[in-house]
Amino acid sequence: MSHRLSGNEAIAYAMKQIDPDVMGAFPITPSTEIPEYFAQYVANGEVNTEYVAVESEHSSMSVCIAAQAAGARAVCATSSCGLALMYELLYVAASCRLPISLVCVNRALSGPININHDYSDSMGGRDSGWIQIYAENNQEAYDNFIMAMPIGEHPNVRLPVMTCMDGFITSHAVENIELLETDVVRRFIGEYNPEHYLLKKENPLAVGPYDLSPYYMEHKVMQAEAMKAAKVRILEVAAKFEKISGRCYGLFEEYRMEDAELALVLMGSTAGTAKAAVDKLREDGVKAGLVKTRVFRPFPGQELARALAGTRAVAVMDKSEGFSANGGPLFAETRSALYDLKERPYLIDIVYGLGGRDVKVEDIEKVFGRLADIAVTGEIGPLYTHMGQRSKGGDR
Amino acid sequence: MIYAKDINENTPWQDLTPGGEIYEPGTARLFNTGSWRTNTPVFHEEACKHCMLCVPFCPDSAIPVKDGKRLDFDYMYCKGCGICKEVCPFPAITMVTGGVVK
Repeated sequence: MSHRLSGNEAIAYAMKQIDPDVMGAFPITPSTEIPEYFAQYVANGEVNTEYVAVESEHSSMSVCIAAQAAGARAVCATSSCGLALMYELLYVAASCRLPISLVCVNRALSGPININHDYSDSMGGRDSGWIQIYAENNQEAYDNFIMAMPIGEHPNVRLPVMTCMDGFITSHAVENIELLETDVVRRFIGEYNPEHYLLKKENPLAVGPYDLSPYYMEHKVMQAEAMKAAKVRILEVAAKFEKISGRCYGLFEEYRMEDAELALVLMGSTAGTAKAAVDKLREDGVKAGLVKTRVFRPFPGQELARALAGTRAVAVMDKSEGFSANGGPLFAETRSALYDLKERPYLIDIVYGLGGRDVKVEDIEKVFGRLADIAVTGEIGPLYTHMGQRSKGGDR
Repeated sequence: MIYAKDINENTPWQDLTPGGEIYEPGTARLFNTGSWRTNTPVFHEEACKHCMLCVPFCPDSAIPVKDGKRLDFDYMYCKGCGICKEVCPFPAITMVTGGVVK
């Protein structure tokens, strides 16, 4: 089915098709429309979901944890400070191994208060034990959400899944989208049949017990192993999804990387802008390429290293700060991944687009220009810079 | 299925339950909370009239009763609070310093 939907509409529609048991609902810009549209489906009797309107995001995630532990499928959507208010519960959901599906419509974290896009919200939750999958556009946001449950619910995984899309850029912009038929979605998702759940009367279950030093470490190792297993499962689900949709997803997308000498690593909607820049540079004979990070947790380090192995210079573009004074979070992961290569490309980090600062094709071309200089001179200059801010004396 | 009684501090991570889930009720019985004790009650059976006053006053499950008679303390649950000694009308319970009966 061909339609035109915003990212938020697409997610609400995917939720309607899935018909989850419970939604923990609380509004926050720019994710508000998701529970809003979904509330209409509930009011119209088009879904059987228990729609729990709560008083905070701490509570919406608590509702999801309780519901999922009881044996239900729980969904949630949030952004920015809402996700920050959930942080404590994000860890609880992951450590209790509850495969909740959360849509994070990325928005800059306060402060100063800002409602536009960057990844400071979900990057803050990157170590919480959630699988994180990022979308470039509405289609991917829809597809990723439909793949979330089959990934998270698998017995080898049992981890919550956060599917992310760029606030306003993706959540509010209306684009063409291919929707699956509802019966196809239902068959793809299947029934949720956890082995243990609170409402299983045959054997009472206790969830989230006190876990002191003789046991905590072992449980964390189990979580770490589950995250490793998730990488395999994500690819299995993607292969099955391709069969029903014709759309192919990997751990990341390689765009014109086959002979690329200069490459970018970035995520989200900027990939669309970067692809236009890559195409333009290719016309001029520049061997430019792009790796669009899709799965950030688990991080596909070895695979990324292989993808970048033949390049000469790479710029990681981080759309969140991180304040490590050593580059953004995507840079830290990428740089670590490249360490094991015998021949490593030159690598720089560019932090851009914070709080919704626009990035244009020309900006990306400038980054490639810098990479071209680095490849020729072997001098990387400053390792970590910001782009797009007003500065005395130009960009740096 | 993994039972709580089969899990202990030597169990490898591969044999634990995801998230530490517990698949049966009443497993607190398996949990030795007597190790917290810093004072210890001592039962003098010859002085006990089995009035049963100590039993409901015990905040935990440290005083077992069988066939209408109280038995010696179950030190697995006794935290040495001394309430039983305070309520005993007879010289049937005394307290000693330290976590173990010397």
